[in-house]
Amino acid sequence: MSDQRAAARPSPKVSDEIRQTTCYMCACRCGINVHLDGGKVRYIEGNRDHPVNRGVLCAKGSAGIMQHYSPARLRAPLKRVGPRGSGQFEEIGWDEALSIAAGWLAPLRETAPEKLAFFTGRDQSQSFTGWWAQAFGTPNYAAHGGFCSVNMAAAGIYTMGGAFWEFGQPDWERTKLCMIFGVAEDHDSNPIKIGLGQLKARGGRVIGVNPVRTGYNAIADDWVGITPGTDGLFILSLIHELLCAGKVDLDYLCRYTNAGFLVHDGDGAGRGLFLRGDDGKPLVIDRATGKPAPYDAPGVKPALTQTLRQAGVSYRPVFQLLAETYMDAQYAPEAVAGRCGIPAARIRSIAAELARVAFDEEIVLNRPWTDWKGERHQTMIGRPVSFHAMRGISAHSNGFQTARALHVLQIVLGSVETPGGFRFKPPYPKPPEAHPRPHAGATPGQPLDGPHLGYPLGPEHLLLDPQGQPKRIDKAFSWENPLSAHGLMHMVIANAHAGDPYRIDTLFLYMANMAWNSSMNTAQVIDMLTDTDESGEYVIPRIIYSDAYSSEMVAYADLILPDTTYLERHDCISLLDRPICEADAAADAIRWPVVEPDRDVKGFQSALIELGVRLGLPGFVDAKGDAVYEDYADYIVNHQRRPGVGPLAGWRGDGTGAGRGAPNPEQLQRYIDNGGFWISHIPEEAQFFKPWNAAYQGWAVERGIFDAPQPYVFNLWLEPLARFQRAAEGHGDRQPPDHLRDRIKRCFTPLPSWYPPFEGETVDLADFPLHAITQRPMHMYHSWGSQNAWLRQITNVNKLFVPGDIWEAQGFAEGDWAYLTSHHGRIKVPVARMDAVNGQTLWTWNAIGKKRGAWALSENAPEATDGFLLNHLIAELLPPKGDGLRWANSDPITGQAAWFDLRVRIERATTRGPSEPRLPAQKSPVGQGPDRLTYGDDFT
Amino acid sequence: MTGLPDRTEAKLGLVIDLDTCVGCHACVVNCKEWNTSGHGAPLSDQDPYGADPSGTFLNRVHSFEVQPESGCAQVTHFPKSCLHCEDAPCVTVCPTGASYKRTEDGIVLVDEGDCMGCGLCAWACPYGARELDLAAGVMKKCTLCIDRIYNDNIPEVDRVPACVRTCPAGARHFGDFADPESNVSRLVAARGGMDLMPEQGTRPVNKYLPPRLKGSVEAQLEPVAEEPKGLLAWIDRALGAL
Repeated sequence: MSDQRAAARPSPKVSDEIRQTTCYMCACRCGINVHLDGGKVRYIEGNRDHPVNRGVLCAKGSAGIMQHYSPARLRAPLKRVGPRGSGQFEEIGWDEALSIAAGWLAPLRETAPEKLAFFTGRDQSQSFTGWWAQAFGTPNYAAHGGFCSVNMAAAGIYTMGGAFWEFGQPDWERTKLCMIFGVAEDHDSNPIKIGLGQLKARGGRVIGVNPVRTGYNAIADDWVGITPGTDGLFILSLIHELLCAGKVDLDYLCRYTNAGFLVHDGDGAGRGLFLRGDDGKPLVIDRATGKPAPYDAPGVKPALTQTLRQAGVSYRPVFQLLAETYMDAQYAPEAVAGRCGIPAARIRSIAAELARVAFDEEIVLNRPWTDWKGERHQTMIGRPVSFHAMRGISAHSNGFQTARALHVLQIVLGSVETPGGFRFKPPYPKPPEAHPRPHAGATPGQPLDGPHLGYPLGPEHLLLDPQGQPKRIDKAFSWENPLSAHGLMHMVIANAHAGDPYRIDTLFLYMANMAWNSSMNTAQVIDMLTDTDESGEYVIPRIIYSDAYSSEMVAYADLILPDTTYLERHDCISLLDRPICEADAAADAIRWPVVEPDRDVKGFQSALIELGVRLGLPGFVDAKGDAVYEDYADYIVNHQRRPGVGPLAGWRGDGTGAGRGAPNPEQLQRYIDNGGFWISHIPEEAQFFKPWNAAYQGWAVERGIFDAPQPYVFNLWLEPLARFQRAAEGHGDRQPPDHLRDRIKRCFTPLPSWYPPFEGETVDLADFPLHAITQRPMHMYHSWGSQNAWLRQITNVNKLFVPGDIWEAQGFAEGDWAYLTSHHGRIKVPVARMDAVNGQTLWTWNAIGKKRGAWALSENAPEATDGFLLNHLIAELLPPKGDGLRWANSDPITGQAAWFDLRVRIERATTRGPSEPRLPAQKSPVGQGPDRLTYGDDFT
Repeated sequence: MTGLPDRTEAKLGLVIDLDTCVGCHACVVNCKEWNTSGHGAPLSDQDPYGADPSGTFLNRVHSFEVQPESGCAQVTHFPKSCLHCEDAPCVTVCPTGASYKRTEDGIVLVDEGDCMGCGLCAWACPYGARELDLAAGVMKKCTLCIDRIYNDNIPEVDRVPACVRTCPAGARHFGDFADPESNVSRLVAARGGMDLMPEQGTRPVNKYLPPRLKGSVEAQLEPVAEEPKGLLAWIDRALGAL
């Protein structure tokens, strides 16, 4: 026998070279060290210097090798040769592919640009894809935020100029109590894990609010197994308790919020709007003089309790209205306990714990700073309670108001942008007024009249034609969902199929699995994609799709533009978009081809540039018609959105420019030399109180984050909502359709309110007594992760988890299957028992189920035989109410898809799998993966 | 039968904090990607894109649901790899001498040249911490990343097992349990670190830190007012004091 014992202190070579880039195994954007050996990827680890992950790397990131070498990678552009859905394609060259695309799109641009609908899924280049769509001139562009978490984003921006997602973070270094709502794995994946670990190591506490106790909620010191859709009610009850005890930060409310703004409390068109001075500035009553004064005048201290009578109208401070609203008995713990599934005593205890930590464990930093009114403060006072929330509260039809309620809770505790609380990351804070308004002015042959997406401040900003019909195919910014700041990607296929509000010609999608797990009502969406008219033509005539992998959606497109893997591409994680900033720093990052593609594929953004050149789009060609940018890398370096401000902030001009400066041809190399990212730290005195901190505002202007200081106060009272309510009451020129008036009056309350999720109000709860939701597993991201050879060994079947009482009542046994039925459909699924869950809630892992033939998996892969999607049970529309109308299954304010409103019943199935519905297989354009892997053989 | 050293100069091992492990599987996958091209044969995968994918992993996370006597059911994430036992039954059962425990640092390793893949060690291990690689036909197990921890080609700060370096929650710690002042010894002392299945008499080197007690902090706020008017009066007084 040969002796192969390890040396005493073995010191083998690790790799030939380390190249540092940015991970894309999820949306977290961690820095990675990619070890190359003989030109192949040998090992991927976290980059210790990187601000996002500081060296750590999750399971997804660590499985990047299997994603990069996945057998499901597309190899060349594809032209469909069989019927849609069959998966029959012919490989073609790029010239032919781009000629086909340009041949379809050029006539549309010249005649009816709105007939192109361009929507992107996992897009981290929205500032670029949006710019392309604007140059094309179609109003029909958005990314996927409408079905993702727009409630969270919009509520955050409208309320406090910044949201959760990855746009802010708890002050992990200082917080003592962190409360998370509806958080499973999501954006900000590794920072949350790092932060919770740090917090616990310091002895801090975590309260997890989630119907399901897994992941972060499993390690929470206190778990609140709330009933889905009732978080808003619970939060307002916490606010009730805090108000009754006087545990609110009055100084903070006076200085940094609109608590003192005077609200018209009479009748008529002005009701709910602020009293304003001649210059349009809202007025408060100055406590020193007892007289109205502009809220932002130096020295003015707003009163919170006095009422002003003027011209026969009472004007009352926001705080007075807030106290009256939430001290009402309807928000007492006893009144909400049953609906929330939380005993009243626990609500009281949690309110008391929040108050104790916020006020009795106050943090004082000896850091002098100057506020926007010129007042010097010797210290920074902190309230060390922090919050984070994500789609658990967002994906409901009451999600916008629920997220707003949570922000109001944070604000009354004085814990936003203060030490120990929640902190914004640049480019936030940025109030709604500093964002654009939405645009949909399309003219044949011309660019759109402005950016597609934005933040309406009243009915005047809706995108309606003279007949009052929506201008956009997804009906974003219409009366059905006025504040749909991210568009409504989940409505595009259904609306395009129905020709409502009009028909389109070409549907162009990027990295969005809309024929599968990213659509509600999957089976019928597939029917819409394949439906033909009387003449035998597809109802949606043309579909172009770009993906790196053989996903379900590939089979439903006519033309495929194959994307690269994340290790083969240029990207910028830009301050114009969704950067990698920290609360203490502005930062951005790149991806670059650390390995070259071995297939005939192109980074999608480069393909889009070539297409833009072929179409002669402004900005893409010069006066002679020549290409302005050779490819995306060229764009990243040389594009200027405003003079001196481009996609990347680092090393501009002669290499010393930070945020501002002329394009620097060496810029990408400087990023590569620095590990793939750039970071600029915020000066100490500017690190907290950012919306009101003169030093921060000045620093942000220097860095090109904005062009002039833009201090503002937080919106406890959201005046734009009052404007929509007044319109619904008949005031103003722009009027909603009659059938929407009551809903707008009810839901658009300027102070956050709670109403039951719509689906539960519409269906018979005796028929559909249970809730059903999904959670994202920590080791997978959408459908991209579950094809991965290593990750699918961790989870390749998603069972439906059933609470113990229901399990026993139904007589389930291990290995059983069940039928799960909603108002919309019935699916057959494998079940498993779980007790650490809300007793009325069934749940499963997100996006494990696969269609047979997709992702280069075998047709008998468990993902396809036993795995399933809840999506089949969820419709874009609510069941008919008998009023002759069909109502969207969305938040009425933002249009966010209400995935988690789903109501179901469960029955034991007498037979086992396969899961149902069982859709026909699609042919794989890339064959099937190998039957054995010994990755690492090459390196020994 | 193979002998164990009477004593080892160091006792290298892991402390795993069950209070902070969120069950994310980062350690599982990073271990796999490091070790598949690391010490010994690759960690192979059978049927990786098919009906029954399975492969060799040196570290796995199991998630358990626990119903305490009172309170809600809890979920514990439990990472498990070789515990490098002082009285390692996998070593003493080995008929060829392939399994051995190192005198210098206590790491339990397999000499793949001597391993005939009989699997006795896996049967003897009460923790199920060894896996027979089906492609190579040899037994695979955690090496504590022996090709990292002494590796001069790796920055000093990174000379820790891959699972420790990658763990996002900071739930894994590496050190020498023979040194009472080491980070791991201090953690075990401070947090009541435990042996896994001590009744087996294996004297595992790795230790687990138990989850802290969970539950609400019972408390109640004292009302200053029952209705808005009372609160507003209270606020007037409070604002006057500001």
